Amino acid sequence: MQQNELDNQLSRIQDRIAGIERKAENRVFLPCESANVYEVCRFLFEDLGLRFVISTGIDAQDCFEVLHHFSDDECGCVVTVKAFVRDRDAPELDSITPLIPGAEWIEREMHDLLGIKFTNHPNLQRLILEDDWPQGVYPLRKEVQT
Amino acid sequence: MTEPLQKSVLAVGPFHPLQEEMEFFQLTVDGEKVTDINVRISYNHRGIEKISETLQFDQVPYLVSRVCGICSASHPLAYVQAVEEIAGVRPPERALYVRTIINELERIHSHLLWVGLAGHFIGYDTVFMWAWKYREPVLDLLEEVTGNRNNYGNVKVGGCREDVPDEMKPKILQELDTIEKKTEMLTKAVLDDPVLHARLKGVGVLTKEDGIKYAVTGPTARGSDIAIDVRRDDPYAAYAELDWKVISQPEGDVFAKAVVRLLETLESVKIIRQALRRLPQGPVAVEVKEIPPGEGCGHAEAPRGETFHYVRSDGGNRPVRHKIRAPSYVNVPSFKASCIGGDIADVTLTLAAVDPCYSCTERMAVVDGHHNVILDYENLLRLSREKTARLKKEMGGPEMKLEDF
Repeated sequence: MQQNELDNQLSRIQDRIAGIERKAENRVFLPCESANVYEVCRFLFEDLGLRFVISTGIDAQDCFEVLHHFSDDECGCVVTVKAFVRDRDAPELDSITPLIPGAEWIEREMHDLLGIKFTNHPNLQRLILEDDWPQGVYPLRKEVQT
Repeated sequence: MTEPLQKSVLAVGPFHPLQEEMEFFQLTVDGEKVTDINVRISYNHRGIEKISETLQFDQVPYLVSRVCGICSASHPLAYVQAVEEIAGVRPPERALYVRTIINELERIHSHLLWVGLAGHFIGYDTVFMWAWKYREPVLDLLEEVTGNRNNYGNVKVGGCREDVPDEMKPKILQELDTIEKKTEMLTKAVLDDPVLHARLKGVGVLTKEDGIKYAVTGPTARGSDIAIDVRRDDPYAAYAELDWKVISQPEGDVFAKAVVRLLETLESVKIIRQALRRLPQGPVAVEVKEIPPGEGCGHAEAPRGETFHYVRSDGGNRPVRHKIRAPSYVNVPSFKASCIGGDIADVTLTLAAVDPCYSCTERMAVVDGHHNVILDYENLLRLSREKTARLKKEMGGPEMKLEDF
């Protein structure tokens, strides 16, 4: 897919995203609310055939951000879905693992390190943390000091 | 009433002192066949992403080059590309070529290391000795340029730390000739050997569909007909200006992955030759003072696949978030697709075929309730090698004595 074609395709999901931000020549960010994340990812992965790269979980103080990075290997563009998880006390987001099995580990990792619960995840067990790590302590949150 | 079926679980791992990562695989087996696999990782989690938030932007490359001893050129490169994207900096031309040379030298030594280990696993120790012997001069070259055999720490935001001196060009070219000749010989030996065909073909097959589902990258993807390569798809360093091919194979088995790696090594030789010939004059770094607020994604093709770094800056002198994704992180879960249905004797090889930073064969224990049988590293290796010997004998080749193992 060429760059302009990708732009056209992305405009098809305009009502589910808050905008299309181009931060560098080959980098597109699609901010969206958490309710839409599954549908936007499904569109990118199944309809456009983009490759899932990885996800990044961020403690952005007022909310959590979960970034699902996809790559369009034909034009080299990295498309990032940026979901805002606004409930800090009980952060929850739809899992994309039922759609993309390759996301299983990273969602378990974000669950471990940031305490975000991924609903519909088939196996949300600990991946990174030790079995005897205390409950409720999430190392990647900003309040945890190094 | 029927008795409940008893499942045998083979524990692989968690400790392997030979390689730098620790992983724990639980294989559910039915006789010799693997029916399920469960993976536990993170025995060696060092919290590098969190540490990175405490370091300044220019200190981070030295931290991330320690993510992996083998890929210690790719990780810092992906990181600095992400930061350069935020800052809008383009390094000088010569730096881009130096980055290309260092990264391809890394690929050659990593692929040769893998070829040697794969030979060792199936009982071809001569291949192991040869491959590692030819790998050695590559490390010497890297040391001469960067000062280190591993953990080169040669890239920084805005360019490179050390230049490839012009006086070194003839020496590198001469070494490349030797490496090319020897790799061609190894490739021919693999392609022509009927025993290797019998041992490696159809083993640990990862189909294209599974490859896409598990989001695999690098030689693991290219061995399954997914012809992706960051060097071509989203060109960085000087790759767009050089002439080279992306190698891919349709079969998805261990043999295909071996062929991809061997042919890629030859492509790397081609790339370095061209880069040396075209190496432009000039400085290898520009000064970068401040990193503005913003976010950037950098990725680079490491020997094992795409290395991905995401960096976010708030305008201070440290990243507020730095995400690292090493290629094995997506390649290892694909075992779920490639190991199931295979023999235990093939598991070592299938696991090794994606070239994880850890080949997970140190300690295996069969637990079946009443009888505890321990299969240790030697026994597993023996299983794998016996299969090679058996195939060899069936094909009328000279018999391999078990004492030789």
